Amino acid sequence: MANFDQELDASGLNCPLPILRAKKTLGGMEGGQVLRIVATDPGSVKDFEAFAKQTGNELMESGEEGGKFVFLIKKA
Amino acid sequence: MSDQKRLAIIATKGTLDWAYPPFILASTAAALGYEVQIFWTFYGLQCMKKDMNLQVTSIGNPGMPMPMPMPVLLQALPGMQAMMTAMMKQKMKSKGVASLEDLRELCIEADVKNIACQMTVDLFDMAPGDFIDGLEFGGAATFFEFAGDADIVLYI
Repeated sequence: MANFDQELDASGLNCPLPILRAKKTLGGMEGGQVLRIVATDPGSVKDFEAFAKQTGNELMESGEEGGKFVFLIKKA
Repeated sequence: MSDQKRLAIIATKGTLDWAYPPFILASTAAALGYEVQIFWTFYGLQCMKKDMNLQVTSIGNPGMPMPMPMPVLLQALPGMQAMMTAMMKQKMKSKGVASLEDLRELCIEADVKNIACQMTVDLFDMAPGDFIDGLEFGGAATFFEFAGDADIVLYI
């Protein structure tokens, strides 16, 4: 997996918390920086796609690692 | 007018379960860049009390999953509502579902605008001091001022 600048552990959190935490974390980052998010909510897979599409931030990667969902989002 | 999308919600319900949809949708929409306004009317106003203390009941709600089958008359016994509320809160916590207080705080942080229905406040003699800070008061026309230009309008 590619490099990242910040990491957010949203494990154990349910909808809509992973998205809200990601939004907040991205808010404190610079454009072009990459946020790695780890989540356990199966709904987050589709939600982060939708989040990226609507906010203009790029979903660089979306996958599974050790039973958890991992996302890389580049801030627009 | 800005090209920011707008979500307008009318929230009418004051139970622990039904308080979730307006808070979840409002906070998520705000995170997606929407400008959001919620008009709290009738029982929905309970969600704007400083001390929310919302309850849940299975009475009149045959769709609620129960840990065991239970005749309706038993569900109506004193203490059952408090027990169901405690069980629901416990379940939500164990599943990582945010508390209503947390979701409300996230909405406020994200500049979701909350409007209280003035008529309801008068009707039920509600004390303005019981509500959270920042709550505005207005009527149907106030709602339409925002909802008229909204992309999405929900009645919950």
